[in-house]
Amino acid sequence: MASEPVLTATPSGNLLELRPEGAWIATNVARLEDLTGAVVPELDRSETARVNMAGVDELDTLGAWLLEKLSRRAASAGHSSEIIGIADNYSSLMEEVRQVNRHNPAPTPAPNPALAKLGDLGRASVGVRADIAVFMEMLGALFMSLIGVMRRPRTLRFTSLVYQLYRVGWQAIPIMVLITFLIGAIIAQQGFFHFRKFGAESYTVDMVGILVLRELGVLIVAIMVAGRSGSSYTAELGSMKMREEIDALSTMGLDPIAVLVLPRVAALVCALPILTFIGSMAALYGGGLVAQLYGDMSPAIYIARLHEALSVTSFKVGILKAPFMALVIGIVACSEGLRVQGSAESLGRQTTTSVVKSIFLVIVLDGFFAIFFASIGM
Amino acid sequence: MQRAAEPFAIRVRDLVVGFGRQVVIDHLSLDVRRGEILGLVGASGGGKSVLMRTIIGLIPRWGGEIEVMGKPIGDAPDRATQNVAGQWGILFQQGALFSSLTVRQNIQFPLRENLVMSQALMNEIATAKLEMVGLAPEDGDKFPSELSGGMTKRVALARALALDPAIVFLDEPTSGLDPISAGDFDALIKTLQKTLGLTVFMVTHDLASLNTVCDRVAALADGKIVAIGPMRELLQSEHPWVRAYFHGKRSQMLQPRAS
Repeated sequence: MASEPVLTATPSGNLLELRPEGAWIATNVARLEDLTGAVVPELDRSETARVNMAGVDELDTLGAWLLEKLSRRAASAGHSSEIIGIADNYSSLMEEVRQVNRHNPAPTPAPNPALAKLGDLGRASVGVRADIAVFMEMLGALFMSLIGVMRRPRTLRFTSLVYQLYRVGWQAIPIMVLITFLIGAIIAQQGFFHFRKFGAESYTVDMVGILVLRELGVLIVAIMVAGRSGSSYTAELGSMKMREEIDALSTMGLDPIAVLVLPRVAALVCALPILTFIGSMAALYGGGLVAQLYGDMSPAIYIARLHEALSVTSFKVGILKAPFMALVIGIVACSEGLRVQGSAESLGRQTTTSVVKSIFLVIVLDGFFAIFFASIGM
Repeated sequence: MQRAAEPFAIRVRDLVVGFGRQVVIDHLSLDVRRGEILGLVGASGGGKSVLMRTIIGLIPRWGGEIEVMGKPIGDAPDRATQNVAGQWGILFQQGALFSSLTVRQNIQFPLRENLVMSQALMNEIATAKLEMVGLAPEDGDKFPSELSGGMTKRVALARALALDPAIVFLDEPTSGLDPISAGDFDALIKTLQKTLGLTVFMVTHDLASLNTVCDRVAALADGKIVAIGPMRELLQSEHPWVRAYFHGKRSQMLQPRAS
């Protein structure tokens, strides 16, 4: 249907006549660009240019703009140029195209790359301070609304709390059990494999028990919860923020912190110690299974060794950390959710930030706890 | 102009569309003439958007035929491939701009995906489209979240027009705009329609834009087109729903008070 576009340039004295023909439409763009590019040198040489459009049988914005550009190029070199032979049905389009691209904004000069990097570094450092401020603000707001709930216990969003507990606690159990079971089994297998060289296989049980109860159980569970529940908190609150639901709550005289954040964080603080306990037991079970199948150690001996190696202290060290980690995850997840701006991209970015930041903080917090417990001799 | 051979831009024959057991479009026939602005009115939830989405192939149909530019259009699943190089452009109600791209990149997106052209030319075309919809070249670097409602609609229109389609579908183009912006937008549609020789299929509730820009108005009720014609003919229509629509309390408010 569309005829092949052609552009013939006929020089006659000082005048260069350009005769575009055929379909000057977007589907032929590659050809059109070649055609117009080819006549530019000739155009620059001649003093007068004339574009005769009588042969054009299809034209759209793109074709019109390319022709306008040719005429403009001639004009910009101080030569005279004109466009003639415009069909009636295209005259308004050519008129429109004549107006566009007249005042291109000056391109902003690219900043010095070294300075730009320094600038990024500076912004990141200031950003860290802002992050700490946001975290503290959320902690404070949460504490205030907790005090409010304590004064008037009936204002506690009990239904919401139970629902969140169900989501982040009960529904998380299968995946937590599976992951910690596997971790326990892997540690036990590695222990048997390497300790066997020294004939110290029975110490594998000590390693598994202490590692799992003191460190790994809570850490693995906290990281899983940050990825699973923390991200969903951020996404939920973020999309509520985007759709102005949070503003709607505030205008009804309700505190979004008390209505949305407190039940979520409280549910996490309750659920994480329970999940840690279940996870640790699953890990010990995994270790025991490997001990029997791979290390030829009977369950009775495994349990007896565990009994010798572990004390209530190791258990306490692990489980005590859980609520604090839950608090950190919850606060980071909720405050990042409330920082979401209008766009879908911002929601994605904030969710990523939330998970990365809460995992990072969980590990940092674990380090502080290690120092703390060491100094009080636990 | 070769395109002018076919008098109808869109022909819909005996179209049936439904969801589950519910029939939304019931043996509907509709012709859209080339180069006209057709306004489609109907009750909320009455199937206006369903009709539009069926024509552009987002919803599968139960029966009937659709011809666009004289060519029969397949059913929903294989439809996406048929819209080669932009037979039509669509302005969605909320703009549906890609939020991770700047305004300029949004307008360039259809060009980039469908055609092979230099980046410089693509920039010029994007700026040209921006100016044609009445925005400044500087707005090209903004992100969709930084735009006001009116600007979002304009950018979405620029993107819909990026490939110079023959037909543009507008889904409630003036909803959510103040009367001044809505009036400006109506004028813009009219101007662009003249300049580019577009066929416009417009779903709208805006009585003012029906009155000012539409060449013909089609009323959709009970899954059928119950009345079609210029605005003044529709005002005379005897169909009860059409009467209620155009002579209801709200439309009376637009008339100057008698006393």
